[in-house]
Amino acid sequence: MTMKISTTLNGESVDFLCEPNQTLLEALRDRLGLTGTKEGCGSGDCGACSVIMNGRVVASCLVLAAEAEGAAITTVEGLAKDGVLHPLQQRFLEHAALQCGFCTPGILVAAKALLDANPNPTEAEVRLGLAGNLCRCTGYDKIVRAVFAAAADLRGETVA
Amino acid sequence: MTFLGGQTGQRVVGTRPIRPDGVDKVTGRAIYGADARLPNMLEGRIKRSPHPHARILRIDASRALALEGVKAVVTSDDFVDLPAQEVAAGDGSMDFRSLSLNLMARGKVLYEGHPVAAVAATTGQIAEEALDLIDVEYEALPHVIDIEAAMASGAPVLHDDLFTAGVTPRPEKPSNVAKRIVFAQGDVVAGFAEADVVAEGRYTTEPVHQGYIEPHACVASWNADGQSLIISSSQGAFMVRAYTAKLLGLEIADIRSVPAELGGGFGGKTTVYLEPVALALSRRAGRPVRLVMSREEVFRASGPTSGSVAEVKLGARRDGTIVAAELVFKLQAGAFPGSPVALSGMCALAMYDIPNVLITGYDVVSNRPKVAAYRAPGAPIGSFGTESTMDELARKLGMDPLELREKNGAREGTRTAYGVVHRDIGFLETVRAAKEHPHYRAPLGPNQGRGVAAGFWFNIGGESSAAVNINEDGTASVISPNPDVGGSRASLGMIAAEVLGLPAEKVRTVVGDTASVPYSDMTGGSRVTFSIGTCMVGAAEKVVEQLKQRAAMLWGISPDAVEWKDGAAVPAGPNAGGFEPLPLAEIAAKAGATGGPIGATYSTKVQGAGAGFGVHICDAEVDRETGQVRIVRYTAVQDVGRAIHPSYVEGQIQGGVAQGIGWALNEEYIYGPDGKLQNPGFLDYRVPVASDLPMIEAVMVEVPNPRAPFGLRGVGETPIVPPTPAIANAIRAAIGKRLCSLPMSPPKVVEALDGAGG
Repeated sequence: MTMKISTTLNGESVDFLCEPNQTLLEALRDRLGLTGTKEGCGSGDCGACSVIMNGRVVASCLVLAAEAEGAAITTVEGLAKDGVLHPLQQRFLEHAALQCGFCTPGILVAAKALLDANPNPTEAEVRLGLAGNLCRCTGYDKIVRAVFAAAADLRGETVA
Repeated sequence: MTFLGGQTGQRVVGTRPIRPDGVDKVTGRAIYGADARLPNMLEGRIKRSPHPHARILRIDASRALALEGVKAVVTSDDFVDLPAQEVAAGDGSMDFRSLSLNLMARGKVLYEGHPVAAVAATTGQIAEEALDLIDVEYEALPHVIDIEAAMASGAPVLHDDLFTAGVTPRPEKPSNVAKRIVFAQGDVVAGFAEADVVAEGRYTTEPVHQGYIEPHACVASWNADGQSLIISSSQGAFMVRAYTAKLLGLEIADIRSVPAELGGGFGGKTTVYLEPVALALSRRAGRPVRLVMSREEVFRASGPTSGSVAEVKLGARRDGTIVAAELVFKLQAGAFPGSPVALSGMCALAMYDIPNVLITGYDVVSNRPKVAAYRAPGAPIGSFGTESTMDELARKLGMDPLELREKNGAREGTRTAYGVVHRDIGFLETVRAAKEHPHYRAPLGPNQGRGVAAGFWFNIGGESSAAVNINEDGTASVISPNPDVGGSRASLGMIAAEVLGLPAEKVRTVVGDTASVPYSDMTGGSRVTFSIGTCMVGAAEKVVEQLKQRAAMLWGISPDAVEWKDGAAVPAGPNAGGFEPLPLAEIAAKAGATGGPIGATYSTKVQGAGAGFGVHICDAEVDRETGQVRIVRYTAVQDVGRAIHPSYVEGQIQGGVAQGIGWALNEEYIYGPDGKLQNPGFLDYRVPVASDLPMIEAVMVEVPNPRAPFGLRGVGETPIVPPTPAIANAIRAAIGKRLCSLPMSPPKVVEALDGAGG
């Protein structure tokens, strides 16, 4: 039984069709062509598929596509606005906070949700906020520093 | 070719520009293997053995093929039945017959998860359903998982044709011991007779997985004319092409292998699991096929690296001079021969100058997935026991552990036990930098201990290529043949920019496919920035020669009278003429009038890699109640030769340390008595998360390698070598007990503490 789902995706109204047993991750990647959201485990353990759904970070591999009905969803593709990178994206580049880049979309999304909720986090809060997102390349050091720099940008405190 | 080893004053090298592929990766636009799509594409799935060891009596796919939407099923009949044939591959060697049998079982399954068939269907769901309709009849056989059980007489034998190599006379019966290796120098018996102090121990490690976040993935498309396209995430598009051609009996020119972005490899993607299967399915179905592993498949049937048993004995005179070392390593190879045991033996003592050494190693098969390379393959296994024993030796001698390492440290001309003589190495500089680091003298808190350890990795060269092309507007497009795992597009573009005299952002690096750039060995062995960088210098220097010729033509003077300086042609001296400098962009604009396009490729077998040495300092805090160990401070000092892009060098060091911390404290393959893996997921196979780790300080020592561009050394692998013993030594310092078994997980720490009467 194919279902029709109406959602707000990265600020735009989007309708899509899905099967009742399809995950939001499958719908994003295979129905909507938004392959920036990655599948690393399919069991909610790695965070590569993180998206923001109604203000909360969720593992989209554990959310059914049908649950997106009426929801507001932000994916990595929705972070940059009009061709301008989000401060998190810019600071990740400047701080070399990515190596292979596969976990990066999920970490950016989780970091955005973290800073939306807590604009001035401590190191422990950043580390805890990203504890659901595995990165195997960086050892997290540069990721944590990039999140701090972006947080300062978003608070308007940036020093060059 | 002129290498600028040790020189400073470069304009691009040593700076930190944003990598050329960065924006694609922060916006979700980068295309990884699972993101690739081709028209009319089918989805594939692999049917895997539920048994750790069994004979395949019959495979019947008729029910699966009858399911609507199923387009193809393949089994071992679809692959060439290859003879044994060992060839060089990355850091070690590989055998095509093992590769083929691992890819698709023939006659027997040798581990739980071993592929027996594959299916392609119009949707993933149909392919999934079809797996259950492929009927496989097995005769279960006794299995063996533990390494020493596999070596015991009477153990179930995996391969009837496996006779231990390296022993004379040749054994009469097959066994699970594939190979015995020996490295020896001097006389260990005489050496230990000279020793005043002996430290020894037995150390074990469990298999750990590379744990890249991207599961293996590919799309393969077979055309009616026999030409094929493969898009996949791997550490070598040329490797994918060569292995696929071999396993399917195809001609290399008929396969175009396109590297997708690589979501981490760490050695685990230096082989093929999917591409030949996807292409075989595509050949049967006549449509493109996508194959993507689940995380469970990644754990059950790719990687990991070996588990091991090591016996270590070191002897020293009272003044701290180490006079003898005897090491025995037994490494699991998984279901097919090929553990990195030789590398464990070679790396274990390569930091030291020891006159009498005997190292023996055994490569042992058992009913586990075939091991794959993992970051400095074998070296962390070698260092865990050896560097833990070094710590005990320092304690017995009453000597500072870094002083012990400095006193016995390898230097120019030191001969290793495996015969190579060290040249232009920076081990002593690295030890001294660690000794002088404030971390080494910082106060410790309650229940904290400090440990140090050293490590070595060879770094390699190999067959390599690069292309540099000058564009009409004076920018440059350069091509690397090697998949970029951690910023090599940036470092390679910077090397080309430095030679051309262009700013980094005027040079854009792309990774080419197998049809766009000459052959190159895989991304592995910490070779890419060194080897492809060497070719970038070669290609850029050829381009500079062309630019000088064009300038000479425009000026009407001899090319010998032209020099290249800061991105422009200049007259070599006053006799050459009073011409103003002619910038690259102006020469490029006139390329059409002076002979056509300006560009060059450069290919060679690169040699002269500079060895990497690291010395790590770790502070660990032990929770005496729960046994949990927290790393509270970590400093990793490494000789990097010359950091081309320091941020990505630091990133390699930090990432290697993080993997080492996981290996030390959490990660392990856990098997039940049924021979099945019990933790094939990130929930129960726990890799470090952000909240587990402190900031990791990377200290870059720069002792130039004169045989490399700008003096650089490979950096990616060395940093995973010292962490496990550094952490073990820190725990020893914190609780007064030596843990000799990885991972040093809470139950083992609690057991050690209880044993102490605490």
